[in-house]
Amino acid sequence: MSDKKKDNHVLEEVTTGEYKYGFVTKIETDQAPKGLTEDTIRFISKKKNEPDWLLQFRLKAFRHWLTLEEPDWALLHHPPINYQDIIYYSAPKPKKELESLDEVDPELLDTFSKLGISLEEQKRLSGVAVDAVMDSVSVKTTFQETLAKHDIIFCSISEAVKNHPDLVKKYLGTVVPYTDNYFAALNSAVFSDGSFCYIPKGVRCPIELSTYFRINAANTGQFERTLLIADEGGYVSYLEGCTAPMRDENQLHAAIVEIITHDNAEIKYSTVQNWYPGDKEGKGGIYNFVTKRGLCKGRNSKISWTQVETGSAITWKYPSCVLLGDNSVGEFYSVAVTNNYQQADTGTKMIHLGKNTKSTIISKGISAGKSNNSYRGLVRVSKKADNARNYSQCDSLLLGNQCGAHTFPYIKTENETAIVEHEATTSKISDDQLFYCQQRGIDMEKAIGLIVNGYAKQVLNKLPMEFAVEAQKLLAITLEGSVG
Amino acid sequence: MLLNIKNLHVSIDGKEIIKGLNFSVNQGEVHAIMGPNGTGKSTLAAAITGREGYEITQGEIIYKGQVINNWSPDKRANEGVFLSFQYPIEIPGVSMTNFMRTAINAKREYLGKTPISAKEFLKKMEANKKLVQIQSKLTNRSVNEGFSGGEKKKNEIFQMAMLEPKLAILDETDSGLDIDALRIVANGVNQLKSEENAFVVITHYQRLLDYIVPDFVHVMYDGRIVKSGGKKLALELEEKGYEWIKEQFEA
Amino acid sequence: MKENVAMEKEEKKIYSPSEEKFIRHFSDNFDEISRHDFPEAKRMRQQAMETFRQSGFPDKTFERWRNTDPKGIFPKNMEIFDAEVPYEKKLSEIFVCEVHDFESRIISVLNGSYYQAGEEKITIDKNGVIVGSLAKAMQKYPQLVKKHLGRIMPQQDGFKNINTALAVDGVFIYVPDNIKVENTFQIINILNKPNLAVNIRNLVILGKNSHLQLLHCDDSVNRHGGLINKVNEVFLDENAELELYKLQNLNDKTTLLNQTAIDQSANSRLKINAFSLNGGMIRNEIFDLMNGENAWSDIHGLYLMDQKQHIDNQVNVFHNKPGCTSNQLFKGILDNEASGVFNGYIYVKRYAQQTNAFQKNSNILLTKTARIDTMPHLEIYADDVKCSHGASVGQLDEEAMFYLMQRGIPFTDARMLIMYAFTDVIIKEISIEPLRISIEDMVKRRLRGDLSICDRCVLHCSHPDQPVIFDIDMNKI
Repeated sequence: MSDKKKDNHVLEEVTTGEYKYGFVTKIETDQAPKGLTEDTIRFISKKKNEPDWLLQFRLKAFRHWLTLEEPDWALLHHPPINYQDIIYYSAPKPKKELESLDEVDPELLDTFSKLGISLEEQKRLSGVAVDAVMDSVSVKTTFQETLAKHDIIFCSISEAVKNHPDLVKKYLGTVVPYTDNYFAALNSAVFSDGSFCYIPKGVRCPIELSTYFRINAANTGQFERTLLIADEGGYVSYLEGCTAPMRDENQLHAAIVEIITHDNAEIKYSTVQNWYPGDKEGKGGIYNFVTKRGLCKGRNSKISWTQVETGSAITWKYPSCVLLGDNSVGEFYSVAVTNNYQQADTGTKMIHLGKNTKSTIISKGISAGKSNNSYRGLVRVSKKADNARNYSQCDSLLLGNQCGAHTFPYIKTENETAIVEHEATTSKISDDQLFYCQQRGIDMEKAIGLIVNGYAKQVLNKLPMEFAVEAQKLLAITLEGSVG
Repeated sequence: MLLNIKNLHVSIDGKEIIKGLNFSVNQGEVHAIMGPNGTGKSTLAAAITGREGYEITQGEIIYKGQVINNWSPDKRANEGVFLSFQYPIEIPGVSMTNFMRTAINAKREYLGKTPISAKEFLKKMEANKKLVQIQSKLTNRSVNEGFSGGEKKKNEIFQMAMLEPKLAILDETDSGLDIDALRIVANGVNQLKSEENAFVVITHYQRLLDYIVPDFVHVMYDGRIVKSGGKKLALELEEKGYEWIKEQFEA
Repeated sequence: MKENVAMEKEEKKIYSPSEEKFIRHFSDNFDEISRHDFPEAKRMRQQAMETFRQSGFPDKTFERWRNTDPKGIFPKNMEIFDAEVPYEKKLSEIFVCEVHDFESRIISVLNGSYYQAGEEKITIDKNGVIVGSLAKAMQKYPQLVKKHLGRIMPQQDGFKNINTALAVDGVFIYVPDNIKVENTFQIINILNKPNLAVNIRNLVILGKNSHLQLLHCDDSVNRHGGLINKVNEVFLDENAELELYKLQNLNDKTTLLNQTAIDQSANSRLKINAFSLNGGMIRNEIFDLMNGENAWSDIHGLYLMDQKQHIDNQVNVFHNKPGCTSNQLFKGILDNEASGVFNGYIYVKRYAQQTNAFQKNSNILLTKTARIDTMPHLEIYADDVKCSHGASVGQLDEEAMFYLMQRGIPFTDARMLIMYAFTDVIIKEISIEPLRISIEDMVKRRLRGDLSICDRCVLHCSHPDQPVIFDIDMNKI
């Protein structure tokens, strides 16, 4: 493709880009009846042949959930969610136990290739190991053999429960207990699948691990659960991508991600979130209520969150780091784009508990259309966290005069040796910048795309290569039609 | 001997920067320390003046016959050690006048003298301002706040003149100076030079040494003084570049 | 807002002892409390009390109170005091405030009551400026008061409701159009009896193109505890300018709730400089309502707290109209076990284009036991805006410390100098020179730690039971 053609192609994508992942896959599914009772939970647990301890874990969480109220502190507005109108378990009906990728339902493979993730492709070309989660169930994990060579465990959490019960039992719910919040309790009660990864002592995972999440069935909630552990000196870079079909009703996604790093271990967690955001009138779209938290348990350990949030009708998400080990490091890099009637309330918490702990927060919010985009973050330095350092930069960009950009940082410092700095700006793209681009022959829409990408660069640069390209395109598509 | 440094090892955050350095200075002498970036020149200045975070892991700094390794920075200053900073810090809200009077009186108190009289102080201020051609009324200006690069360096020399040190260390005082300012600064130093005091001039370039003529030139590399000589050494360095030193010592 | 939700949630049936006390006081003394009221004011009181009955005082579950526990602020054996204080002795026998070269018109409030000799308690100057007791103003200028009283304070909570229900008196200032007041007005607010809880209402109205400098001091003259619950309503008509200096220098047992709302019309200019130098618990709540185009405000604050003192600054700027500019700058030093809260809030309404809004909070913690919670928040619904905010917590600048010590200045002096430098940006904003010098001196003395209670008022007030200390070595700073 010539450069010019390529440009036109991008432009076309930008200007005509409806939600391109909005197809429905016709796959037979195995569903739980609508609604949530203890019976639903027993149904899920039974379907998955779970051991009794896990059923008890779920039931405890469920009973606790019943005592809670949905949080209302975020700057988000939505009609009340009817938790009895949701299907809590929906799995593609397996014809039989899958032995290899060839046996995966061709419809499903087609789904993933439409998503731009051909499992085969991924497997052969990029050397990324993929675990794909359809509705709530992990359908296939590629690259098992390569990983096995390094004793790395990467599988669905259901398999992990079967094959590595001790590990799951040891870590599950230790970073995000079911008592943590409303949606965490809900997830702990009904989670159906998700990914599990264990990096043994001293192993640097040679490939990037990846999970794709997809909500397919109607009226379905997705409640996946991810658990990543890097033992002493371990390292892994983990990617997560999400999409859902276009539907008129809102669908609920309430996931939990737990990360644990031991001494000298490092986990990099990258997300490109592109759940269906609803249509231009704000109809439909995913409610994305996610609890993500990492625990830097060991000395010199590091957890780094990078997220590009372009989808979902509502995003409620605060990937956090608990810096327990001395000298541990937490990072949060985020680009959140909202358009039309999307609402995002996202940010992070950096909890400094150990000595000489460091954290960095870079958040770039971009609001367009009639959307609202909030950064909400907490930096806490506890009494014992000597020499803690934090630097936060939270910038907002407004495109249009119908949208909102908000910043709610909370800084709590109880140690005099701490140095905490927070900086933030809110602005629009300057007319001078636009004119400069236009004068050089770049049209308005493209110019905005350019400038926005430049604005988000600091975060996009933190993403692995393939993801960065995808993310850039997503930014442009999300902002389509936002120029007044 | 005014200053005698023996087998000095200095670490920052556990990383050794100075690795066994020997260096001595007598009264009446001017020493130049040269060397490429990152070889420990500024670290040496910080160690001599007692900056926090620069840990002396081995060796001794002997000043006027006493080991000063554990002395606080103000005690060293009051004993006559002065540092002209590479990057003089801005202190808003503290006027130069008050700052200088506080410093002079701190020294006088240390030496058991009575505070300086207002008249004497002002006279001294005026005289020394002339020395480095500072025109502005320092009374209204906060320490280094809003000073240009050249003004900041002139201000360092002005303070040196006010405090009359025994041992003055000039850390890259020439960086960021135009030729006129350089001349003024050098002229100030030359007028303050006496048989009683000594200067250590840290610089990258031989340029400054045209104006402040050193008795000795030392080359620092990788935390040590690797070559010493007379003024000629500086010219040789200028001509051959630091690669010449690197080649010699990395081989 | 969380506040409203909590209010609506349920009707409160169980009252805390202090809530009960206020409710009972209201019903027992209503006739007495409303003795000066015109009918609308009476209704306002009743409504406020009705709301209070439903919601009571806020607690820590309220977003706005999450870092300041309202529980501990009521004095032991609290006496709710709203009686008129008879004029017995000269003001100067209770406290003297004067500073060289500084002419101010003193307006005093003693134990919640406007304090002045003579019957009138309100004066109208030749140029039409009215100064006096709010209670008197309600009788003499009911139309003027009616138009402004109780109109603008947003985010009502228990304390503001109690103030509306119970406040009997306070200061009333009216400056007519085109009048530039030459003298600085100085409100001095004093409690001199133990364990009082007083509600004070101040109303300040500036006409078009007028100008006023107002110094508002809260001082203690003894070591008794007390609660001052104050609501200030300020109106700036078009192109009016107000310079408001707040000086808070209370003893460690006194709580001050200082709730100020300012209505800014087009092209008006507001300058607030709040100095909190001492006080058991001080909470400054400022609501700057920019209701006219091209209004300007600078809201600055400095707080120096030690021992177990607590300071809470809640600064809310509402950009409701286009073209306005606001600057918030708050700096604080916290020593010992002192704690601080800064909650800065910028709200830019849709279509409030060409807004410039800046906010910055810097803190220095001197000890392991001092703490700070800072929340610089932005909520923005217009796109053509320049907004920024920042917050920092740190220690004294190490580089600067070394620089000073290298010049021979000992550690303790160097530390004091740097702390002083930290405060300078705020102090130098004071445009009344003698006042600036006085406050500068106070801050210096405060930093030296020889002033854990105001032994003299900043303006050289005498202190009844403490000798005045003059031996301040200014050379040290």
